[in-house]
Amino acid sequence: MSNVTAAWTALSPALLLGLTGLALLVVDTIRPNERSNTSMAVVSALGALASLSVTVWFVIAGRGHVDAGGAITLLEGAVKVDTLALFFTAIFASVTALVVVAAHDYFHDHANPAAFYSLTLFAATGMALLAVANSLAVVFVALEMVSLPSYALVAFLKKNRGSVEAGLKYFLVGALSSAVFLFGISLVYAATGSLVFGEVASAVESLDALAGVAGIGIVMIVGGVAFKTASVPFHFWAPEAYEGAPAPVSAFLSSASKAAGFVVAFRVFTEAFPLGASVAAGIDWALAFAVVAAVTMTLGNFAAAVQEEVKRMLAYSSIGHAGYALIGLAALSTGSAGNEAVMGAAMAHLLVYGFMNTGAFLFVAMAERWGIGRTFEDYAGLARRAPVACTAMAVFMFSLAGLPPFAGFFSKYFLFMGAIENGFLWLAGLGAVNSVVSLYYYSRVVRAMFLDDPATPSALDAIDVRPTALYAAVVFAAVATVLLLPGFGPVIEAAEAAAAALF
Amino acid sequence: MILEALIGFTFLAALLVLLVPNEWAGRLAFALSAVPFVGSLYLWSRFDAAGNALTGGTIAFESRYEWVEVGGRTVSWFVGLDGISLPLVVLTTFLVPLAILSAWTPVDSRQSQFYGLMLFMEANLLGVFTALDFFLWFVFWEAVLVPMYFLIGIWGGPRRKYAAIKFFVYTNAASLLMFIGFMSLTFALGDSIGSLALPEITRALADGGLETWFGISPDRMAMVAFLAMFAGFAVKVPIVPVHTWLPDAHVEAPTPVSVLLAGVLLKMGTYALLRFNFTMLPEQASALAVPIAAIAVISVIYGAMLALAQKDLKRIVAYSSVSSMGYVILGLVVFTEYGVGGATFQMVAHGLISGLMFMAVGVVYNATHTRMVGDMAGMADRMPLTVGILVAGAFGYMGLPLMAGFAGEFFIFVGAFGAPSLPYAPVFTALAMFGIVIVAGYLLSAMQKTLFGPFRLETDYEVGPAPFHDVAPLAVLLAAIIVLGVAPDIFFEMIRDAAMPVVEGVSVDV
Repeated sequence: MSNVTAAWTALSPALLLGLTGLALLVVDTIRPNERSNTSMAVVSALGALASLSVTVWFVIAGRGHVDAGGAITLLEGAVKVDTLALFFTAIFASVTALVVVAAHDYFHDHANPAAFYSLTLFAATGMALLAVANSLAVVFVALEMVSLPSYALVAFLKKNRGSVEAGLKYFLVGALSSAVFLFGISLVYAATGSLVFGEVASAVESLDALAGVAGIGIVMIVGGVAFKTASVPFHFWAPEAYEGAPAPVSAFLSSASKAAGFVVAFRVFTEAFPLGASVAAGIDWALAFAVVAAVTMTLGNFAAAVQEEVKRMLAYSSIGHAGYALIGLAALSTGSAGNEAVMGAAMAHLLVYGFMNTGAFLFVAMAERWGIGRTFEDYAGLARRAPVACTAMAVFMFSLAGLPPFAGFFSKYFLFMGAIENGFLWLAGLGAVNSVVSLYYYSRVVRAMFLDDPATPSALDAIDVRPTALYAAVVFAAVATVLLLPGFGPVIEAAEAAAAALF
Repeated sequence: MILEALIGFTFLAALLVLLVPNEWAGRLAFALSAVPFVGSLYLWSRFDAAGNALTGGTIAFESRYEWVEVGGRTVSWFVGLDGISLPLVVLTTFLVPLAILSAWTPVDSRQSQFYGLMLFMEANLLGVFTALDFFLWFVFWEAVLVPMYFLIGIWGGPRRKYAAIKFFVYTNAASLLMFIGFMSLTFALGDSIGSLALPEITRALADGGLETWFGISPDRMAMVAFLAMFAGFAVKVPIVPVHTWLPDAHVEAPTPVSVLLAGVLLKMGTYALLRFNFTMLPEQASALAVPIAAIAVISVIYGAMLALAQKDLKRIVAYSSVSSMGYVILGLVVFTEYGVGGATFQMVAHGLISGLMFMAVGVVYNATHTRMVGDMAGMADRMPLTVGILVAGAFGYMGLPLMAGFAGEFFIFVGAFGAPSLPYAPVFTALAMFGIVIVAGYLLSAMQKTLFGPFRLETDYEVGPAPFHDVAPLAVLLAAIIVLGVAPDIFFEMIRDAAMPVVEGVSVDV
């Protein structure tokens, strides 16, 4: 095998996802009017799992790791496969697998489910490409490849007004932020004369008079990242889109798509705009992220606390978690040895979040499938009818709140400790306060399911179906959330190794 | 490996019980919970620790595997036993099967979940008492709260939701405070520790490893951490004035849950106080000896006075726990061999006695469906055996010689009276002893009104003796209380061995 072919195999996780998306179109062509979507779900799940397996294998084998010859670059440096890319691809593939399995039951009576599966897989392909992008041009193209299917997915229930409205809002904000992002890229190009991260970085060191142009460009790129990660000030689409979208799509967007925003942020800001050089040029983006992180987590958590609908609460909580993950960028300081620890912790948090948040939204999908209402009160007494699913949901809620027996505690602990080690005590303190607030609204769900009595004795009679695939996805996500606690060692090691390569 | 097997088995047992049909859950849970008890007896028979696990003594059944590394500090699965933790492990595994047995009558819905959660809680309790790594310990410590929240909130009395949430909020807020206190301490220790293992942290603190951190001087940091941890653990114990969650939780909790709450969960607080505050920061503890002794005495007297004012039998027993825990704090703060040893012994003794009292009150409640003192009289006529054991347990509470409560309180008073490091020790001791008089007052008065005299209870059914599986655990508990009272050395020997290093750590400075 020649070197070029070997390098291309490094892209196989992304290629597998893309090929699965194409295969789905083929399946749909062969059996266009099939009512059952089982074959679709099986093909997509197998594709996502294949991609996941290859990714995990690569991580274990150390592909792209410094010890094994360093990152693999392709296409004249525009694409780069390293541990960071593989780590995030693992998140995308896991979430995709969970979502497509769950969607089998959710869209059981939908006329044309093929579109859902192929759009999801194409969006996942875009995310995997985002993870390997090493040039601002590739970043933008991959970002659009994630965004365009996402708009359609949010509006997928085209006869449901909420879904369509959410899709439109998402599209409008998305189009605007894409424009801002692209404009930022062009300003950076104007100032530095390159789009490839490494060259941009060396140009940033000698900006001189063009520092202002580059600065405005970087601020605009921060804006684009804020949109993708649903952070302040481009967060307001998130509650609408997550609430209106079909719940599996909400799960997909709030876990995988958010992580995709973070992989861009982590790579662009460490590799293209190294903190030291940027600060020297007067562009302290870490400070900008610190402000964004603080405002995002506080706003998300306090807004979540006053919601009456579970899905909307989860949407705001997802904004809050974006704030936590942003600590990974905000708490960096030039030349500090603790940088890789805090960014690695943010990555590990996103992985754990991928399971617990996806699981929580899939539980909402199950509730929608059962046809019970959307508010906390509607969940009252649910544990009597569905103890297993409710136990899983309780695991997600406690883990999201960061209670110790679950993986969410571990990742938050590492994140806050990393921030403190790097001298950002205030950020960690704010995070801790927000976690306490979050326990209030997360425990409301648990309280409703387990402690409250149903509004009427017959309120839960509607639950007459046992959506097996949804159950499987929810239970699997819960098991992963629990097992990531004892198994946190390899995760954090991989994450820190990935982060270490960035500094 | 044996400790892993013990904890792991209990977790698996919990899972298994969760999955079986409701009709089998009670019997299966009882059978499975006997295994950890046998296991803990085996641990006891092979126990070979010497000294205190935290101060460099020999740790029994030690086992350590690296887990993860954070900020240059390794977090390990690190478990082991010494003379302080083994009695509490035995207590836990002993009380859980009895509590499960006592649940057969009152728990009549969702049994498999109930017993599964009980076993899940047991597994985590065992983790709390065996863990020697802070992180691991904290995971177990918090994991105990989750099953407790559900056990109170689902199977509790009419105000169960309020009680469950109050319990959850109080103890979680306390945990956070304690966690922040302890973590600032580890940060201030800087490079002098390479892991979060408790023995290593204890040694580093003793060697003066604290550095200035974020502008906080070592002395101030130690004091702030001591206060934060003390406040956090005080909620769990509980100490006046942060005790208000306890009566609510106890009154609403079903009997078997009350048994574990009073018998084991409260001991988590005193155990943690001993391990963290008094072993790791003895200087701060002696500097604050007078205020701590004062709130201990206030807990004793005020808790007893509150018990005196109650009409609900369960509330009486609940408030008397506040009072008894005051003795434990007094024993800890005097830093003498008999004080610290007696406090640890009292943890076990009170676990058994309060367990017995809650269980006996529960058996009476099963028959009468009321716990109000004024609603019933002459119960001795209808359930003589139960009432006999209840009376015996009450005498144990009052400190009747040859019962475990006497030994525990006696040790504490002996240790406290002549304590060299506590000013006015005789005054504090005398005041605390006065608490026993009040205990006798309310217990005798409540028993006289409810148990003796002509039978009176308005029911439309016949009140008869309790079933065998209700009375048997009472008898077993009573036997254990008497055995421990007659031969306190079976535990006190090893407790003293582990308590001495804690005491000596202070006496050097005095």
